[in-house]
Amino acid sequence: MIQLKVNGASHQFDGDPEMPLLWYLRDSLDMTGTKYGCGMGLCGACTVHLDGAAARSCSTPMKDAAGKSVTTIEGLSAHGDHPVQQAWKSNNVPQCGYCQSGQIMQAVALLKDKPKPTDRDIDEIMQGNICRCGTYQRIRAAIKQAAGVKA
Amino acid sequence: MSTINLVSRRGFLERFVSAGALIVGVPLLQQGADGAEVDNAPFHPSVYLGIEPDGTVVIIAHRSEMGTGIRSVLPMIAADELDADWKRCRVEQAIGDPKYGDQNTDGSCSITNFHTAFREAGATARTVLENAAATKWNVPAGECHVKLHEVVHAPSGRKAGFGELVAIAAKQPVPKKEDLKFKSPSEYRYIGKDRPIIDLEDLCTGRGKFGIDAKMPGMVYASIEHPPVFGGKLVSVDDAEARKVRGVQQTLTMDGLKLPYGFQPLGGVAVIADNTWAAMQARKKLKIEWDLGPNAAYESEAYKKQLLDTARKPGKVVRNAGDVDAEFARGGKVHEASYYVPLLAHAPMEPPAAVAEFKDGKVLAYAAVQDPQAAQDIISKTLGIDKKDVTCRVTLLGGGFGRKSKPDYVAEAAILSKKIGKPVKVTWSREDDLHFDYYHSVAGMYMKAATNEKGRPTAWLQRSVFPSIGNMFGPNADYAAGFEMEMGWINVPYDIANQRAENGPVKNHVRIGWLRSVSNIYHAFAVQSFTDELAAAANRDRVEYMLDLLGEPRKMNMKEDGPHLAKAGDKMDQFPLDTGRWRRVIEVAAERSGWASKKSSQGHGFGIASHWSFNTYVAAVVEVDVDQRGQLHIQRVDIAADPGKIINPDRVNAQFEGAAVFGTSLTLMGEITAMDGKIQQSNFNNYPVARMSEAPLKTHVHIIPSNETPAGVGEPGVPVMAPAICNAIFAATGKRIRELPVKKTKLV
Repeated sequence: MIQLKVNGASHQFDGDPEMPLLWYLRDSLDMTGTKYGCGMGLCGACTVHLDGAAARSCSTPMKDAAGKSVTTIEGLSAHGDHPVQQAWKSNNVPQCGYCQSGQIMQAVALLKDKPKPTDRDIDEIMQGNICRCGTYQRIRAAIKQAAGVKA
Repeated sequence: MSTINLVSRRGFLERFVSAGALIVGVPLLQQGADGAEVDNAPFHPSVYLGIEPDGTVVIIAHRSEMGTGIRSVLPMIAADELDADWKRCRVEQAIGDPKYGDQNTDGSCSITNFHTAFREAGATARTVLENAAATKWNVPAGECHVKLHEVVHAPSGRKAGFGELVAIAAKQPVPKKEDLKFKSPSEYRYIGKDRPIIDLEDLCTGRGKFGIDAKMPGMVYASIEHPPVFGGKLVSVDDAEARKVRGVQQTLTMDGLKLPYGFQPLGGVAVIADNTWAAMQARKKLKIEWDLGPNAAYESEAYKKQLLDTARKPGKVVRNAGDVDAEFARGGKVHEASYYVPLLAHAPMEPPAAVAEFKDGKVLAYAAVQDPQAAQDIISKTLGIDKKDVTCRVTLLGGGFGRKSKPDYVAEAAILSKKIGKPVKVTWSREDDLHFDYYHSVAGMYMKAATNEKGRPTAWLQRSVFPSIGNMFGPNADYAAGFEMEMGWINVPYDIANQRAENGPVKNHVRIGWLRSVSNIYHAFAVQSFTDELAAAANRDRVEYMLDLLGEPRKMNMKEDGPHLAKAGDKMDQFPLDTGRWRRVIEVAAERSGWASKKSSQGHGFGIASHWSFNTYVAAVVEVDVDQRGQLHIQRVDIAADPGKIINPDRVNAQFEGAAVFGTSLTLMGEITAMDGKIQQSNFNNYPVARMSEAPLKTHVHIIPSNETPAGVGEPGVPVMAPAICNAIFAATGKRIRELPVKKTKLV
């Protein structure tokens, strides 16, 4: 039996310990804000926070989430008003929006490590997150806005 | 005669509005000569708008949302004309139904084809409400005016909200279309202004529901192993090991394709499980014997050679002006070049996914589809049930780019549900998505020109060879379809006396389908690269040279002026190719990028390209750096576009910003290849798309102010990118890229 916390609530899991956290969130808990994109940690659509650090839930087996605290996009803020979410909205970042949960979760983790990121920092940390619609320059602008650094 | 309805035939709108609502339906079709008779037809495909007794305006969005903002922007047009308060409007997504008209959200035509009807819907509702207020207050209708969700009688100062007028409005005579009055542009509240899309909040909080997120009670999860080669068939399967996987319920075989392929599912073996993961894992344990079928020898390198060889031979003439051969025979300076663009995959971030339930002879599906009517169609054909018995509810689409107008995956869910008697969710893995796409066609082009002493062409010959999308819908489509030739091939508007365009034959071996801007991608790459080559050979400024080739501003109706093709598109009358507008975007891109003052140097180059597609004129200036290791960085893109009148500038900008990235992906790194009939790419590690650090650092979008008919926005930004980037690379390095993707060429 695997115990973990998801967005502050305790859960128990007795399925296949190799099953990635992504599918537990989506299929078992019906938290579909975390997206499948590649299944190999290549695209970042499934990004969540594991004990506060960004993690690819598609490549995190449930056994590795045991005893940990998971935050998903649904748990990032009570009213969708985390400063990063606000910056995303004020820049009209999303097009299709599918990748944006992962982008936002990655950006929150970035700003935690580097509150005033440079362009290079943003490239380095965000390049794991693919946006096929091509919203990158607005993502960059939103991150800078949330960080209060010059665009 | 007007056929606008205050709809009493409202049954099919029951999901969206309450019983007491006023419903306006504005027909999309042209009316017949006998208005009354047409009026009695059971349904006209219409735009529908409802007003609830509480005053809420309900607008039905019948086009699919895949990131363009269309399901927000079309309703905004109606809301503006009604002068409704957008905060008190609710958008409802239509199910697939011919009553809504064409729902295939494809071809960058939603605003072009529907903006008028949405304006009429808003204006009709406004007129009816004003008339209702006049009746209520017993005053002349001309004294009552809608202002921000209220009708106001200025002389007396009386006001009434929409809701309190609904009951009276339903009894008002229906205004005739020709009597409708429209706002002047200065009165627009939403049109021409930046407004957030209705889904913005959901998309920033994880609440947006995509096809892959849909659920139905009692649903099971399916993952399907398709034949590894297109046209292959299942011989036998041993599922013993697969069924041992925890959570697996059963496996099922699915029938293979029959000609013509259309949007049929590929067939194969499905694993049904308690969750997606178990289904995907168990699939790997299936032991399957396939008959690989007629395409098992398909191999991309040999096919490329075949395309390029064929392009060097005379093909079918699709456009001919003057006498190219006589001019070439005259001698003089002749230039030749061959260009190649490989197969490309759509790779939307959300892979194909759908949920369907077959119950009591009917199907209900939730799906991320660009065309829910096509989903109804293929499900009804596959299951042998009436189209009316197929309900397709459209979710948000996690990207589409043309892939999701082909609903094979929705049919898979319906087929499996019928077989097992439960709702089934089908989720394609990324590997499935890349192995079994409807690929953007691989193409070979050959270009030849003779030039005079100024380097200006006196004869221009262009040949293309590529497998046609027509192969999906009929046998032996060895030559391109008319619509493919219209995409930047038979309508190169250069002012050159002798011009010929040809198309050569080739057999097809994979599923082919339209991808964002379709044939324009390879056509623009060849034409705009070759133009740059000629300018370079003449040592002339690229902007000046391009303008010279375009010649004096003129309008070309390509049906009459240019191509000698059996079937040219109807829109050529509505949208003549205007070389004046084309010139203007080049001039604006040059001006706004500072072209005249920018000089290319070793490792640092500027390139320009221009193109016309989906009736929109686009020019792009691209600035690249190539460092000493050959690493390429796109520092800046300036895109000038003239798409006619625009509705939501922010979303228009976003589409061109996105197109710059999409175009960068296909230019620098996009390539699908086959070996022994099997596609060799499987995920983003071997089918890379542009990441943040590879995308243009900054894209500036310059929209030409215009009151022309709205044209396309979603696709037209893509075709200019490959030639503009490659022309910039030439300026920076002297290396001419004639084969995409760029990554195959060492830049230093």
